[in-house]
Amino acid sequence: MAQSAEARTCPVTGFRVHRAAEDLVKANAVAAVVALLLGGLAAIVVLFTRWMGAFPPETFYQYLALHAWNLLIFWIIFFEIALLHFAGSIMLNTRPASPTAGWLAFALMVLGALMVERAILTNPLNHLSFQPYPPLRGTPDFYLGTILFAGGALLGVGVFFATVHRAYREGTHTGPLPLVVFGAFVAAVLAVATLLVGALVFVPAFLWSAGILPELNPFLWKVAYWGFGHPSQQINLAATITVWYLLSQLTVGGRTPSEKVSRAAFVLYLVAINLGSAHHLQTEPSGALSVGWKWINTGYLMHLAVLGSMIHAFAVPGSVEVGQRLRGYSRGLFDWLVRGPWHNPAFSSLVLSVALFGFLGGTTGVIAGTEQLNMKWHNTTAIMGHFHGVVVAGTTLAFMGITWYVLPLIFRRRVVGERWARWQPWLFGIGVGLLVLAFLQLGVRYGLPRKQPDIFRFRGLPLAFQWPTEVYALLTVAGIGGLLALVGGALFVALVVATVLFGKRLTDDELRREYAVPAAAGNPGRSAKELPAVPGTFVLCLVFAAFFVLVYLGNYWNLSRAWPIGG
Amino acid sequence: MAPGAWWEEPVHPLERAWVGIAALVAVVFFSAMMLVWHALGQQNVRGRAYRVDPKAYQTEVERFVQQYRVGEEAGQPVVAPPPGSDVYMLAQRFRFYPILRLKAGERYVLHVASIDYLHGFSITQPHVWNLQLYPGYEWVIPFTPREPGTFHMACNDFCGVGHEMMLGKIVVER
Repeated sequence: MAQSAEARTCPVTGFRVHRAAEDLVKANAVAAVVALLLGGLAAIVVLFTRWMGAFPPETFYQYLALHAWNLLIFWIIFFEIALLHFAGSIMLNTRPASPTAGWLAFALMVLGALMVERAILTNPLNHLSFQPYPPLRGTPDFYLGTILFAGGALLGVGVFFATVHRAYREGTHTGPLPLVVFGAFVAAVLAVATLLVGALVFVPAFLWSAGILPELNPFLWKVAYWGFGHPSQQINLAATITVWYLLSQLTVGGRTPSEKVSRAAFVLYLVAINLGSAHHLQTEPSGALSVGWKWINTGYLMHLAVLGSMIHAFAVPGSVEVGQRLRGYSRGLFDWLVRGPWHNPAFSSLVLSVALFGFLGGTTGVIAGTEQLNMKWHNTTAIMGHFHGVVVAGTTLAFMGITWYVLPLIFRRRVVGERWARWQPWLFGIGVGLLVLAFLQLGVRYGLPRKQPDIFRFRGLPLAFQWPTEVYALLTVAGIGGLLALVGGALFVALVVATVLFGKRLTDDELRREYAVPAAAGNPGRSAKELPAVPGTFVLCLVFAAFFVLVYLGNYWNLSRAWPIGG
Repeated sequence: MAPGAWWEEPVHPLERAWVGIAALVAVVFFSAMMLVWHALGQQNVRGRAYRVDPKAYQTEVERFVQQYRVGEEAGQPVVAPPPGSDVYMLAQRFRFYPILRLKAGERYVLHVASIDYLHGFSITQPHVWNLQLYPGYEWVIPFTPREPGTFHMACNDFCGVGHEMMLGKIVVER
């Protein structure tokens, strides 16, 4: 197809790429990587304080706040907005509905993020990480920054919906959405709910901080806050799984064994995933939140979403297995996995991200969210273990993986230092994995509190105490893991920046030759009956289920040895 | 294949089997376990809680301290209430007040409330369990310190700069 100033046809995927969409993807992706860099720099202070008490408590709280806001919110949401511009416009071959609105959204998000950074850097009152509960009170600009950022993100999501609508109206896309766009659509719906609840908590907090509202009810505020706090991470969950399906298509020409089942699993998220908010309220005073309330929300209803995740745990590796078997790697149970394209960092990122997210992040989320088990987990480093397993080893690694395609296909530059890039997922994945394992053990077994900067000295107070020696050994494991992850993260940022600035420009011919998506890509035309079976994935899933049940029961055994309470 | 025709396609038996297993594990087993533990387990977050005026709570704790005070340590009163009684603890920036001395294997009814910010009631080292505290909510929950020893507490919910100094102690005697 002809290349015009306004649009081009991607030589690799065949998508019609509109310049307006491409520029929005680039801008949001660059902002995301800048936030990743800032949050990663802040992680140095956080890591060395927890590992060896290297920085004083005030410094720790400040850098913890920078670490949390940059990585948990700014890096991920900028990247997700980039993903939405990609899925809505490029994958549906249509021009973004309103590039102007897209840029306004971007500007609001940048402004909001800068206000939050400034607030944290200039006033100790704003050293509030991701649990900014009143009566702790930040300054008005801190809350205003979060509101502007969320408002911008909401507008960005709106552009996505309008773009999908436009694709149908103008007929550039007909029939159901492709699975990847469907997943992005689910993430976008979750984002709307999340951001509206965000307004419900941050607008009153802003008014209170500005002296307009006399007081906030701390209990109601926290309950409502987690209607924003946890769902904001559920957007990531949906986005991460969307990226996994996309990566399986790009790296091995994968296709989900059943479109119907994968989509049903996404719908389960829409129905139930946001009840995960209740996980933060399991040890709340039980006169304020009844046992029945906790059980209904985190039991049967929430577990519908867990079922959705377990379905993806089959369908994503299944997608890779389908692609690989179609490419001829069909001997035995695991030939498809062993002989995957491991030289491609996007493939290693995909496999590590799925494995670490599932075994470390997912299982621990269910366990920590179980009513009684939460008593051993609440506010300990085990919770950090859980969400680093999900958001860092899972989401961040998946987003890093797709970046190895964004660079050649969107920025159209050859990745600088491809040999180094091969190591990057392993450094980052293994590093985060070690950190997570150590945090889990430190929290559940030894009760090490989170957000505690001075566990070695406790400021020399008379009630200070010592930890068993195992704690110091585990902290060293966490420290080494964190250091590996930092090196892996720094390598990622360095290669991305070098590529965007100095990477060799790729011609269409080079792109087609070097980045060709395996022939079977997506197999949209093929019926499910023609797809190979996925026995290897089935066996892996059985191992996963057995592991899950054992660890779950192990946690109850651990709890059974604690002091009786509530009887 | 027509767009959307996948809706009519059969699901492979292996995937159907997995969805069945996953539904049993996630929806039935995990959910049921919480109820089973309420019936059979000895550790449940099951008590009462009600709103309380911080000043009134402080007075109540002070009365308790005066009644059972047996000594002082680190500038804090040490309190030894009789087995089976109600024991009180107050959380405030940056202390858990008072130090408790209890008998192993005896049941007590714990009253605990924060009078200012959110705090984390955490018996940390050795690790026992955690409860969330809110300003103005009094937790009333029975518990039994099972084994003797010195149990250290550290607040585990960020309550402002100085949070790292918020410590407490429970001594359990034979």
